[in-house]
Amino acid sequence: MFDLDKYEEIWQSITRNKVRSLLTCFGVFWGILMLVILLGAGNGLRNGIYKNVQGFAVNSLFFYTNQTAEPYKGFKQGRWWSMKYRDVDVIKERVKGLEYISPMLWSKSSDNNVVRGEKAGTFSARGCYPEYFKIEQQRILYGRLLNEMDMKEKRKVCVIGKRVMETLFRPGENPVGTYIKVNGIYFQIVGVIDPIPRASIGGDTKESVILPASTMRQAFNMGDNIYFLCVTIKKGFSGDEMLNEITALLKSQNQIAPNDPQAVGSFSIERQAKAFDTLFIGISVLIWLVGIGTLLSGIIGVSNILLVTVKERTKEIGVRRAIGAKPLSIISQIVSESLTITFFAGIMGLALGIWLLDLVNKSLSGAPDDNGSFFINPEISLHAALAATFILLLSGLVAGIIPAWRAMQIKAIDAIREE
Amino acid sequence: MINLKDINKTYYNGAPLHVLKGINLEINAGEMVSIMGASGSGKSTLLNILGILDNYDSGEYRLNDRLIKNLSEREAAILRNKMIGFVFQSFNLISYKNAVENVALPLFYQGVGRKKRNALAEEYLDRVGLKSHALHFPNEMSGGQKQRVAIARALIAQPKIILADEPTGALDSKTSVEVIQLLREVNLQGMTMVIVTHEREIAEATDKIIRLKDGVIEQIEITAKQQQA
Repeated sequence: MFDLDKYEEIWQSITRNKVRSLLTCFGVFWGILMLVILLGAGNGLRNGIYKNVQGFAVNSLFFYTNQTAEPYKGFKQGRWWSMKYRDVDVIKERVKGLEYISPMLWSKSSDNNVVRGEKAGTFSARGCYPEYFKIEQQRILYGRLLNEMDMKEKRKVCVIGKRVMETLFRPGENPVGTYIKVNGIYFQIVGVIDPIPRASIGGDTKESVILPASTMRQAFNMGDNIYFLCVTIKKGFSGDEMLNEITALLKSQNQIAPNDPQAVGSFSIERQAKAFDTLFIGISVLIWLVGIGTLLSGIIGVSNILLVTVKERTKEIGVRRAIGAKPLSIISQIVSESLTITFFAGIMGLALGIWLLDLVNKSLSGAPDDNGSFFINPEISLHAALAATFILLLSGLVAGIIPAWRAMQIKAIDAIREE
Repeated sequence: MINLKDINKTYYNGAPLHVLKGINLEINAGEMVSIMGASGSGKSTLLNILGILDNYDSGEYRLNDRLIKNLSEREAAILRNKMIGFVFQSFNLISYKNAVENVALPLFYQGVGRKKRNALAEEYLDRVGLKSHALHFPNEMSGGQKQRVAIARALIAQPKIILADEPTGALDSKTSVEVIQLLREVNLQGMTMVIVTHEREIAEATDKIIRLKDGVIEQIEITAKQQQA
């Protein structure tokens, strides 16, 4: 009962100057709105970026070749070289901690190189080991992935990407078992795949025809060369160490100076992920700084207005004290006013912010999934919302302290005295 | 009721100003006294000390046999609430509260529930003849009405004394008479009353006139009215 009275007192004094109270509210409202939107945008960006690499094994390493930069064993610098199948075997044999390994080959793609009856499209043909699908994970739409038998027997089979199917087949038609002509040679389709990661290596997998590496090597006369090497490592082995070990091995197998900085190109998903993590920590620090800064200026506004209010109400506060208001009740009145304003305005900002994020979220999820957007699911976590609420309460309290202290300096005599 | 012994008070704003120089004063329960004096004589300071709004440097002030000295803000607030009713020159009603709420305010600070204190406030408004104005706001009332509301507010906590600082200072002479009559009625019901004024007629209407000059009591005059009685 008593508390209700107290809140009525607070409500009365807040509504006494509605325009001013509203303007004061706006500062806090805007501050928290900005914080929520920034946090949501940051999360959206992170979700978008992570979705690109999601589906790639986190422990994967990739190797490719560059011109040599150092002369070595009679070879001049600037030599072009290629990895060979025997490199794959050597790595398999010598590198402990290797989980999967797959080379990758590409054929030259020409205009409308993939043909089925009267339909044709331009797609890249890629050769790899069945292990490759452990590295870049796939959703299987029809049929199956490539397997060891396909490899060993050099079967003329292929797995096609979703987009290839859409181009060559009618909607709803099952492509499995059908033959398509790729660069002039017929292959039987055994599966249709849709890659989980949005980023891809060696061309968009959705727009690729994937053949067993052995088949491809023979069918297109590709010799001993491989273009690209994908590796995953077992748990408990360090990605960086494995990267160095395999790089060194590739160098020694191919007469490249051990200190050549560029001949063996490589990258590691793990390292990329770490780089992204660092980036996003930076972004969230920035977001909280800017957000809290905006909020802070709103709160200083509240404090400022309350100071003015206290000044205006000097007489009233003096009278209240004369009639017997205890110091604590004056302090609690001012602090409660500040809390009420900040909290009310803050919750409005929080609610509007979350609503806006939800709106954006809905309109984004309505868009096709593969639009390549770098912005997915802008949202704020429950933790962030709770933290924001806590910051609001705390700042309301802090904003009230100075005006309350000022109110305590008012002596009843000064307030009442006419002179 | 009020017992002052050798009260001294000096203000230290810039040059020290010795405002009260040993005040000795006895006011009995049920008395109605006025304090007069030129500005600077120390009458406001005395009122502040009587009202526990200010401290004094030396001496003793007993209110209803309780020594009032070195109180914390909180204790002073509680004592003011319970023992003293204030009436001010400029009424000092809270502008965004209606008459009933204004009157009920001292009870709010005692923690009395709303229903009870508002009922009591209406009763006191009735006593000052303003029952019909219970829901009016201060800006809808005349000066005399406002002062009556203020008197009701001073009475509601059933204090030991009423301190009135120039209660008619902002009123015309007709209303002044009404207000002073009201104060007298309250006094006749047993309330001790101290009125600070510079108006002769108002002072004449009390039992005793205490004349202050330069921080000392120059003279205590028993009024004609009192002599007749």
